[in-house]
This record gives sequence, structure tokens and C-alpha cells, in this order.
Amino acid sequence: MFTYTLRRLLLAVPILLVISLVIFLLVDLAPGSPMSEIPLTVPPDVRQKMIEALGADQPVFVRYLLWLKQFFWIEPMTLFDHWFGTSIVEGQQRILSWQSRSPVFTIIGQRIPQTLTVVGTAYLVGILIALPIGIYSAYRQYSFFDQLGTLFAMIGFSVPTFFSGTLFIIIFAVWLGWLPTKYDTMLEVTDWSSFMQQVKQMALPVMTLGLANAATISRYMRSSMLDNMQMDYVRTARAKGMREKTVVLRHVLRNSLIPVVTVIALGIPSIFGGAIITENLFGVNGIGAALIGAIHANDLPMVQTLAFIFAVLIVLFNLIADILYGLLDPRIRYD
Amino acid sequence: MKLKTLLLGAAAAFALAPAAHAERGADGEVKLTFPQAVSIMNPYLTGGTKDIYASSLVLEPLAGLTPEGVLVPKLVTEIPTKENGGVSEDMTSITWKLLPDLKWSDGTPVTADDAVFTWKYCTDPAGGCSQATKYEGVASVEAVDPSTIKVTFSGPKANPYTAFVSALSPVLQKKQFEACLGAAAPTCTDPNNMPVGTGPFMVTGFTVNDTVSLAANPNYRDPAKPAFATAVIKGGGDAEGSARAVMETGEFDYAWNTQIPPETQESMKAAGKGQFVVAFGTLVERIEMNTTDPDPALPEGERATAKHPHPILSDIKVRTALSKAIDRSILVEVGYGAGGKPTCNVIPGPEGWASDNEGCIAQDMEGAKALLDEAGWTDSDSDGIRDKDGKKLHILYQTTVNPIRQDFQALIKDWWTELGVEVELKAIDPGVFFGGDPGSPDTFQKFYADVEMYANNSESPDPESYLGQYQCKNAPSPETQWQGENINRFCTPEYDALYATLATTTDIAARQDIAKKLNDMVTKDSMIVVPLVHRGTLSAHSNTLGGVQINAWDSEMWNAADWFRVK
Amino acid sequence: MTDTSAAARPKRPKSSSPLLAIWAQFRSHKGAVFGLCVLGFMLVAVVIGPWLWVPEKLSVAQAIKLKNQGPSLRFPLGTDQLGRDMLARMLLAGRISLAVGMVAMTIAIVFGTLIGVLAGYFRRLDGPLMRLADMFLALPLIPLLLVMVMLFRDKIAGLIGPELGAFALIVFAIGVTSWMATARIVRGEVLTLKEREYVLAARSIGVRPNRIILRHILPNVVSPVMVAATLGVAEAIITESVLSFLGLGFPPDFPTWGRLLYDGLQYMQVYPERVIWPGLAISLTVLSVNYIGDGLRDALDPRIRGR
Repeated sequence: MFTYTLRRLLLAVPILLVISLVIFLLVDLAPGSPMSEIPLTVPPDVRQKMIEALGADQPVFVRYLLWLKQFFWIEPMTLFDHWFGTSIVEGQQRILSWQSRSPVFTIIGQRIPQTLTVVGTAYLVGILIALPIGIYSAYRQYSFFDQLGTLFAMIGFSVPTFFSGTLFIIIFAVWLGWLPTKYDTMLEVTDWSSFMQQVKQMALPVMTLGLANAATISRYMRSSMLDNMQMDYVRTARAKGMREKTVVLRHVLRNSLIPVVTVIALGIPSIFGGAIITENLFGVNGIGAALIGAIHANDLPMVQTLAFIFAVLIVLFNLIADILYGLLDPRIRYD
Repeated sequence: MKLKTLLLGAAAAFALAPAAHAERGADGEVKLTFPQAVSIMNPYLTGGTKDIYASSLVLEPLAGLTPEGVLVPKLVTEIPTKENGGVSEDMTSITWKLLPDLKWSDGTPVTADDAVFTWKYCTDPAGGCSQATKYEGVASVEAVDPSTIKVTFSGPKANPYTAFVSALSPVLQKKQFEACLGAAAPTCTDPNNMPVGTGPFMVTGFTVNDTVSLAANPNYRDPAKPAFATAVIKGGGDAEGSARAVMETGEFDYAWNTQIPPETQESMKAAGKGQFVVAFGTLVERIEMNTTDPDPALPEGERATAKHPHPILSDIKVRTALSKAIDRSILVEVGYGAGGKPTCNVIPGPEGWASDNEGCIAQDMEGAKALLDEAGWTDSDSDGIRDKDGKKLHILYQTTVNPIRQDFQALIKDWWTELGVEVELKAIDPGVFFGGDPGSPDTFQKFYADVEMYANNSESPDPESYLGQYQCKNAPSPETQWQGENINRFCTPEYDALYATLATTTDIAARQDIAKKLNDMVTKDSMIVVPLVHRGTLSAHSNTLGGVQINAWDSEMWNAADWFRVK
Repeated sequence: MTDTSAAARPKRPKSSSPLLAIWAQFRSHKGAVFGLCVLGFMLVAVVIGPWLWVPEKLSVAQAIKLKNQGPSLRFPLGTDQLGRDMLARMLLAGRISLAVGMVAMTIAIVFGTLIGVLAGYFRRLDGPLMRLADMFLALPLIPLLLVMVMLFRDKIAGLIGPELGAFALIVFAIGVTSWMATARIVRGEVLTLKEREYVLAARSIGVRPNRIILRHILPNVVSPVMVAATLGVAEAIITESVLSFLGLGFPPDFPTWGRLLYDGLQYMQVYPERVIWPGLAISLTVLSVNYIGDGLRDALDPRIRGR
């Protein structure tokens, strides 16, 4: 397993480089320009000057190589300088967003906490709701509880978040007036009342996202449990006189986790990626809102950097999922 | 206009009340929300209205504009004119006198050098300044003495109030931006995000594309203002969410740009927490007619160029018929409510500049049909679609993705279908449509369609540069990398000649006269541009926020120093 | 051990066709029959509905006077902000949404299962295929779609006409960007399945890989695939509405459920029925696909069928 992991990690480097190039070419090829949000009153020659000032008129490979240098050398060294007070890359240009002219990593640093708290909590809440629902639904297939769970899941994933989010706003903020609609990113949790305020402002986005996540995961959990409940080893275990709880939670659950682990592992990078629509709707300044804003403004350095970090996480978590397969089912071997 | 007069009256009434016991910072916090978040606080490096409005709370020009489009002094003692000797007789220079004892928010004095520096900053060829047109024709800016700024033009300048006027062209602090000239401009993250200004507020915190935190400027020139101690601008979401946060939940005091359907406006008003305000500038939603042939069968490089005139729309009778078939008042009712009015002009205001052309307001379906018959387009095979020489009257009608524009498309398609025109609709992502990427077939400049709809406006009350769009030389073509503002490829020597006289005419009445003629040449005389709706900008403010005077000619927050909490 | 015997057991007698047996099992599943009926009803409604329910021809001025009406005999589902009959629009929208949902889901599922099985079963293909999936997962969706439109729209429209072209492009775009999850899930399952005793037994007696996959692997990955399919339909219907906001979808005068839902959102507080109809239609579709999936899984499972 160790050599397998090492080999996969080494192999990841060239793969990620290829992915970064593909993303770069793709974003560059996409129609639109960083000038699309500039009002029409700005004449074409001024626009041209602005594009030149951004360096966006350089050939694509020059820009790609510059980005590589900035990402793999200047940015880490800036961090190094910052920690140790050295000045190795002082004065060299960091990756700057075209839209805001701020360093991309400063923006990401500002936004990661919000994304991790809101989207991460929603994901956790989703999993915590989904697993028991999925397990119990499968254990008592076609019972009233199962039917209710099915209905809940169907509503959860057939209703898009732009709809459920707006609905929650109207119910809980407009009609009842309990919760705020806009997330205050400047809020610092220092005491009990500011903590309650934080909980309140997180409630709506977490509910919106948690519902969608729970719906998906509970379906996979249920179907996988159902498959395993009919296996012979379950009958054997019961015949041996094992307690029902042990049978279900020790044997069936463990063997049912493979597709669920895949789904959860696929979902974790997307926590970092944020939740585009939900973040936008509630004004949570997370990574998802940044990415969609950057895409609409054709902010290539920002899109490229975010998409690449996202790619790294995807490759990493898929590797982790593969390792987990081996732990859950020792029969799986990769070498 | 009625709404606006009412509001002005109300604002004037409020303005008197607090003057007696006004004190800086007495009213706590004012919270603003923008549907698009603020990216940067330096208006010279952005074109986004959101950024310019936010920075107007901090950075100020020498003079601003009132909601009526009249110049008002900000950092200067008075508006220079020919009469007071501030503008030279030959209109080649203008001299501004700074207010005495003016200070930046960091306590250092404001001097003429700062203005000189600002001019250098924006005209540096490597800086990519987005407001470069403001300094067009400026030969030099000098500091005659520490409080006198002399702007010299390269020739007689009919409208000398461009540089350092309005929120688009504020004065930067030399000390802060000295190291940010030219290519270094974008790398100055801190100055760009937290500029030192003279305005009522100063930046205390900035998170990109999210929140701007501000506090009252301790060195603001009026010691009693602003009434608010702090201000917050929260960005993001959509127009509906912003409106809701002010009108229904009351979380915010002011929401800029709350363009939502009239029905929803009504229901939000019913909550009784706030009100909508609207300001009419020159923003006109229009249909532009293509005078060149966008047929995909033509080779790339010739498609949609002057080489091939449009087979259908080259005939003015067809263009007129298409305009006559539209009922503009229904469009306003469906799309904008109080935030719009029907118009036939490209320049709908301010008063004095707008032509009295109202011929298109009443729908005339029969007249339109007669015109098409006259032009030879008849329904010879009775399939409901007119044809001529075996060619169907088919029109591709494109616009951006936007719910109101899609409603307009549906309505106009209905009217044109009634007229016997076959209409194909297309909606394009606004980022692509306005992006101007020469590689994309869907930009509004390339105009690979027969007609297209969008909105445009003049950034100043004097429409000289705006009218310059329709000169022959501004037509986009493969030679210009598909850049240019004359997207109709409209080209007549008469227009170019008359436009040339506008640049040299200095008498205001004569200028207005020429502007009206130019307006008529592209609208009712040729029907190249078919104006539909004069759009206002709709914003919302809570009932507890007083002193708001919405402004279409300058930043909407132009008088934020006078805002106060209604108790 | 019943499941190891599948390969060793003598061939089934030809008379009892496996298809019939599957159908019999499927029919005994109440939910599945219900799902099939609802879906069938919706299909019939959207296919022949627009001919049966023809809204009155109104001029724009007349229609505007009738805007935002609630349900009535004249307009069973009410009218929208332009006075258009919602029932007629829902029926037309259903044609596109159901077609897009089903076809795009099928593409994604077939493609995803194929890649998942190949990657899971053949170790040599595992690396390249899964890295391909990683890449597709990492690509930002919107630029990818915009590039696809820019490159292919005019060409496809030239070949098969603008409307069919738009359909092909949408279905392809959704399919190509949503197979990865299915592929990874199926691969995970196959990795464990191929180490099970009955597969090892089949392999040891020299059964060819394609037969092992068809007879022993595929029937056992049906259940996660069915879940993916259910999710896929909903996702495809919603994604279609996202695409139309990028100008990739159908021309703006073609209603779809996703678009009606999104348009209705602005009016949700004043006229809630504007979002209820399309929301209900999408939910019902997803619900019925889910029950059909449940029934199919039971029907395809030899252990249940045999009982």
C-alpha cells in the first residue's frame, strides 16, 4: 500500500501540470474579456491600454510560464519571506487578480475561513443527517420512515439551491423575521451574543446546503445498505446468533461504505470550491462566490489559481478514497 | 419626473431639520448594500460603477454634479467660468482655486501638486487608466501656487469641465500614490484598496469583492459632518436580495441598483420599511439595426462589413415599420414600472439637450403594415410571413441574458409576427456579448444578427463624446479587430460634418441645437437606432435614512456627507 | 452459496425468458409501477398535450391585461407576467426538459458505467481513465461550456438545424460533464466485486472478461448506478436552465421547466404558483425515476427474483 501511495503521489505531479495547462488554455480560449464589465462609455483605445497594462495581450504560453513561475516560486517564497523576514522575492510580481488588482492568495486567504465554516458545516450536517436516515431506511425498507426519507431526499435534490435558498429567506427572514439574509463577514466571535449572531447568520446557508448534501448521500447509503443486507454473510451472522445491532452496524455498514466513501471524497474538494449559488445568495464571501465572479469578469489569474488548487484537492482526495477502499475491504489490492 | 420632484422636496424639508443639532458621528452606522461587490477603491483602475460609487465616499473631485446635472464645487471655492475669469476667453485653459485649509484624511494639506500628480497618474501610457478620456485634450496641468490648479488644453475646449469633475475623475494623494505610476499602478494593492481621500469617510477595512468598512473622516472640511460615525458597504447577491434587505427585513439602509419587476416592487413597498428612488440619466434601452449583411454564408472577414449592405434592413421603410409596430408603453409597464418611460431619443435628457421627438410613442400597426407593402414585402404565399423576390422577411434578434430583456424579446416578437415578420430570438451571456473578444462570434460589436438590443448612456450631461460614436470611422470591422462603438456601421458624411462642428461650438444653446439634430439623424430620420425605454437607475433606501438625493450624473452617494438618521 | 453457483449452474431453460421474469418481478413492486405510470402520464401529456390544449390567440395588448392571473377555468394554471397561458408553457417546457433530462442522464450513466467498469476491472486502464476523470472534475464548468458553444454551435446548427443542434449540444455538454461521479462510484464497487469468490471462480475456469463483466459484475453495480441515474435526471433538468443563462441553451422563447422555475423566482412572494408548477413537475419526474430505479434494481437482482 505504501509503495502504491508513493507511486501515485509522484505520478500526480506531471498529471497536475497537464491539468493546469489544460485549464489555462481552456479559460484563455473561452470567449469574453477582462473588459466585459467596463461600461460602454469607455472607448476602445482606452480599453486596449487597460488590457496592455494587465499583460493580457501577451502570447498565451508566455502568460502560462509566468503563472507557473509565480505559483511555484514567487508565492511560496513570499510566504517564506513573510515568516523569516528574508527578502528573496521582494519586488517580484505576485499573482494579481485582474479584477481587483489584489494578490490572488490574499483574496483566497480572506475567503477560506468563510467557506470552511459555512460549507464545511453544511457538509458535516448533511453527512450526519444522511447516514442515520440511509441506514434506517434500508433496514426498514418500504416502512413509513423509509417512504418519508425518500420523499425528503427527492425534494432535496430535485429542488435547486437557488429555489430552496430563496424560499428559506422568505419564510425565516421576511415572514418570521428570525434570521438575517445577508452574512456579515466582519463579525468577530468574541462572546456569547456574537456567537449566537454567528450561528443565526449561518443557519440559512447551512440549511440550504445541508438539505442538498443530505439528500444525495442518504440515497447512496440506503441503496448500498440494501445490497448488503441480502448477502449471505448477513444470514450467516444472524444464524450464529449475533445481536441485530452488531450485524447491522459492524458487518453491513462497513461493507456498504465503499460507494458512500467515494461520494463523500468527491464532495470534500467541493467544500473548498464553495457553493457558488448559495454563497452568492446569502452574501457569504467564500471561494465559490470568488470563482464565479472571476469567471464572469474573465479574471484569468484568479480562475486559473482557484481551478488549479481545486484540481490538487481532487487528485488528493481521490487518492485518499482509494486508500480507504483498501482499509474497508482488505481484498482490494492495487499492486 | 413627478417622483423625483417629490423626493427633492422631501429631502429639502429634512435638510433643514438636523442642521441645528448636527454633530459628526452622532448617528451611528449606515449600512449600504450593492448587488455587485466592490473590487477596488481606485476609480482610475476600474470601470465598474460599483467601484466608482464606493470610492466616491472617500475620494472627491474638484467639482461634482447635482441631480439636475449642474456643476457644484467640492474642493474648490467656486466653479470657474468665463464670467469669473476662471476659464480663459479662448477656452484653452481653466483655473481652479482650492478651498483654504483643505486636508487629507491623514491630516496633511491638499495642494495643487496632488491634482498635477493625478493627471500624470492617469495619462501614463503604461498605467492602463480607465478614465483616460477625462484627460483627453489636456496639454498640461500646472500648480500655479499651492492652491491654484491651471489646466491647459491643446486647443479650444468647448466643454472644459471634464478633468477633475464628477466621481469618475477624483484627486489622488500624491504622497500615497507616488510609487504607483505607470506599470506599477496595479501592484499598489494597499493604496488601491485603502486610498487616502478628502471625502466624508475613510476606509478602515477592505475585503476584496465583499465588504468595505469606513469611518467618518476626522479631517472632513465641514466639522459637523458626516452624521454617521461608520459606514459599511456589503456586496454580492442579486438586485432582489439587496432590495429585500432594505425594504422588507430592514437589515440595510441603502441598496444601489435594485432593478426588479414592477410587481415585486409593489409588494416590497407594502412592507413599509423603505422606499424606492429613481434617477433618470441618459440610459436608453434600444434596438440597434444592422446596416451590413450578417449572413453566415459570407466568408469570414466580409460577413457583417460595409462590403455587403443588409438585404432587408437597408430599406428605411422596413426599419420604420419595425419601430412603428412596437408599443413602448407596454414595454415600460412590463419591465420597469416607475423606473422607465417610453422614448424616441438616443439623448433623452437633460432638458435642453433632448430633442422633442415623440413620433414613435404611439403604436401604429396599420401604418407599419402599409410601409412594408410599399417596400415590396408582401405575403405572396399566404403563410403569414412576408416575402420579396422569393426571400422571407426573417430577422435574427439578439440581446443579453436578462429576464426583462427576454420579456421584451417575447413581446416584440409578437408584434413583429403580427406584422408578418419571422423572428428568431437569441440570448447571449453578457460577459461574452459585452466582452469584445474578437475571437467570439457573439460580441455586440461583431453584430452577427439583424437587430440587437441593449442599453447605453452618456457619462456626462454634455453628450459630445457619446454622439461621437456614430461617426463612420468608429465602425467595427476586421481591420479594427472588431472594436468600435458605431456598431450599426452607420455612415453618412452629413453626420460626420455636423459632429465636427459640435467640437468647435462653445455657445451652449448652439451646442444643444446641434446635439438634437445629431440625435434626430440617427433616430427618427434614419431609424438606425430604435430607442425603446428611457431607463432610470432604481435604488432603495430605508425610511430611517434621511438626506438621500439620488443622482444620475454623479455618484449616487454624492451627498453622503449630508445623510442622517431619521429619528 | 447461491451466488457462486451462477456460472457453474447449467444454462437456464430457454422457455422462461429472463426478460419476462424481470418484468414479473418489476410489476410486483408497487412503487415502481406507480413511478412508471406517473412518468408515462407526463410523457403522454407533453407529447400530445400541446395539440389538445391550444391557448386562445390573444394580441399583446389583450394578453397584458390578463397578466399574473391565478388558476381558473380559462387558464388552469394561471398566466405569467406577460399574460401567457402557463399550462401551455408547462406542456411545451416539459417536452424539452424531459427529453434533455432522460437523454443526458442516459449518456452520463452509460459513459460513466463503461469507464468505471473498465477502470475497475482492468488494472492497466485504471490509472489513465481515473486521471481523465480527475481532469474533468477539475475543469471549471462555465468556461468549458462557453468554449464548447463557441467552437461547435454554428457547426452543429449548420448540420442538423438550430433547434436540434441546440438539443444535441446541450445533451452532449451535460453528458460530458457529469459522468465522472458515476465512473468513480462504479469503479469502487468493481474493485471489491472482482475479488469476490464467485468472480474468482468464474475467472479460474476461464470465463472471458466480457462475460464476467456482463453476467457477474454489471448486475451487482446496478444499485449505485440507479441512484446516480435518479440524481442525474434532476441535475440535467436544472443544468439545462443554467446553460440557457449562458446563452448555450435553446432560443429564449423556448420555455423549459428549469427556466420557468428560475423566471418565477422573482415573483415567488407575490405569485407563488409561478414556482410551484415547474418545481412540482421536476420533483414528480425525479420521484418517479427513483421508484422505477428501485423496482429495476430489485428486478435485476437474481437473489430477490429467485425468491
